[in-house]
Amino acid sequence: MSTRTLPLLFINLGGEMLYILDQRLRAQNIPADKAKKVSTVPAWIEEDRKRVMNDIITTMFNKKFLEELFKPQELYSKKALRTVFDRLAHASIMRLNQASMDKLYDLMTMAFKYQVLLCPRPKDILLVSFNHMDAIKDFVKDTPSILSQVDETYQQLIEMYTPLSNGEFQLIRQTLLIFFQDMHIRVSIFLKDKVQNSNGRFVLPTNGPVPRGTQIPGMIRIFSCSGEELTRLQFNNGGNYSSALREGSFEMFGNRVTKLGTNMYSVSRPVETHMSGTSKSSAQHTKVNAAPNPLAKEELNLLARLMGGLEVQKPGSTDTGFRVNLFATDEEEEEALISRPNELSYGVISIQATKDQQANAELTKIMGEFTESGDPSSSASSKGDDLLAMMDGL
Amino acid sequence: MFHKEKSIQLKNSASALYNNLSVLRIAPRRLTYFTVVHANVVNMVSTSWDGLNYSHRQLQSKEPNVATSTSLIMQAAFCALPSRDLLVVSSQKGIQMYESDGSIMVYWHALDTPEAPTAHAVFARGISAVSDNYVCVGVSSGAVLVFDVPSKGSNITLSEVLEEHKEAITDIASECSGSQECLANLVTADDGGNMCVWKSGEEFQLLNKIPGLDMTCSSVKLWKGTVLAGYGTGQIRLYEAVTGILHAEVNAHARWIYSLDIAPFSGLLLSAAEDSFVRVWHLSITPETNSVEIAHLHNECVTDTQICGAKFCDGDGYAFAVTGYDLSEIIRYVQS
Repeated sequence: MSTRTLPLLFINLGGEMLYILDQRLRAQNIPADKAKKVSTVPAWIEEDRKRVMNDIITTMFNKKFLEELFKPQELYSKKALRTVFDRLAHASIMRLNQASMDKLYDLMTMAFKYQVLLCPRPKDILLVSFNHMDAIKDFVKDTPSILSQVDETYQQLIEMYTPLSNGEFQLIRQTLLIFFQDMHIRVSIFLKDKVQNSNGRFVLPTNGPVPRGTQIPGMIRIFSCSGEELTRLQFNNGGNYSSALREGSFEMFGNRVTKLGTNMYSVSRPVETHMSGTSKSSAQHTKVNAAPNPLAKEELNLLARLMGGLEVQKPGSTDTGFRVNLFATDEEEEEALISRPNELSYGVISIQATKDQQANAELTKIMGEFTESGDPSSSASSKGDDLLAMMDGL
Repeated sequence: MFHKEKSIQLKNSASALYNNLSVLRIAPRRLTYFTVVHANVVNMVSTSWDGLNYSHRQLQSKEPNVATSTSLIMQAAFCALPSRDLLVVSSQKGIQMYESDGSIMVYWHALDTPEAPTAHAVFARGISAVSDNYVCVGVSSGAVLVFDVPSKGSNITLSEVLEEHKEAITDIASECSGSQECLANLVTADDGGNMCVWKSGEEFQLLNKIPGLDMTCSSVKLWKGTVLAGYGTGQIRLYEAVTGILHAEVNAHARWIYSLDIAPFSGLLLSAAEDSFVRVWHLSITPETNSVEIAHLHNECVTDTQICGAKFCDGDGYAFAVTGYDLSEIIRYVQS
């Protein structure tokens, strides 16, 4: 549908990812003198944390990547987008196990789904994006080089999105909602705050301020042919609404007014998800995934460029590596991986995170082969899937 | 006034699209068909009036002879013409027309899609039957395609392209009161809230333009010469079609309206929005005296759901059905 959705999806999901990682890094901050027994979770110090955040943000706002992102295009498939974020999460010395990465992605997507659903007006999604951008800017405020990349992105967002009409924003919103269709993973922090029900669906309140530009429902006005008001009638709107709040700022700086998109995590609020009870409703969401995607080629081009050009840290051994766990203990993490329902697996393309010359050459060759043979047979889309499968073997 | 009845389960959930529910009542066979769009699939359910039999069918938006991709569907709507009923499906790639039971595709019209994606999305949206033999479908460019439909067979042709709108078409409606006296019998609406009023014929005639106030009109109906329009601001406005005179303005919903429907025999109006509410209103319009009255009758709240489709199941408004984003059922309400 809308060809301008991807930048918003990427920036907002990226923002949520940073909130969660920041929280986990702070939570795992263990004073050096309180060394644990056989824990593989390292003692994070302030410097390491800042370094990880800087590395990820630098990668996220890589100029070439953003250029690609901002081009008009359809949304990536869930699989491809997940792979991009996998790569992004590993753009630093930090390591995440499969289970933790799955959980991270669940949290990111449910958080943004919540924000999109609850935006009073479709254009408020831009304010949500600015909230994320503001926080990202704060993470890197001490590093001028990255800061300028972030500022440039603000400009691009403002240029691209502020001229759009309400109808075009609604199309973007509808496109995002199709992407998030049927996702009902339960998130602890949402359940506790009572913004999500135990069936995984978000609470949509029938009270609170109306959006800017909307009147509180309740009045009927009848006019004469000459335009004068003849009658005024009231009706019961069934809710409990109040007047709209003031307008948020759509510029680089300013009060965004909405809280959607701000950081809801803090060290004391753990990030948990519940797998049980979600399989039934999530089983349907793979339907849209399974449909062939002709843009798989485009996505893979982008992935290849991303992988080729980026500095990758050698993972080293997991014992000494800087591993981050999204769960409370290592045992929980292992358990989560084993017990994750099949239909909730993201089908991630496992790409070796090394700047291996040979691997890169292989990949380039495969990409070349794929682009040459452009015959539009009915398996054009399955070629994309074949390629994705091939990459698994790399 | 209305109470909830047993819901109809769907094979998958409804997508957040305007007017995402279409209903066709087939009296001779005591059946009602419902269609709901999920991404690139149209879910069709056929229900018997005794409530005992349900059958499901899914239509994918696939173009014949063109091996491509998925294409997201923007709308699926039944078009009831005097001689035949059609199911029209509009998507990013084009327009498909099926026999009303979805069994055979009788016509395909491809949209001009550019080689590489452009900043402006390309899609078809807004579907209505008009007069005896036309089906009109809107396009994202603002054009309205007029198809001439013979009383049977697949010799459907593109008869005219109406180019008055500059923004993407959102919805199209034809005069449904059954009265032959109405001068205007078609209204088209767009993303900017602008509406055009037409008279159908071999060459469609533009009778009036009603300017929008820069707020999307997402759903529109035409009844007894009056345009009923639902907006993104949650307002419903009633305009006299041919003159553009504003008769009434209702602050109806707290969020974007997604669907309006009218029961032509009784004057009941249904409005549904992202705010979880479906509201029932009563309209009385007397064209001779130019008087319009609208009264609020009833609210239904579908908890925690952003409603995307609401339609009466019959011309009197005895029953209505509702769909919501992420909901895999069609909820039904019946007069008590």
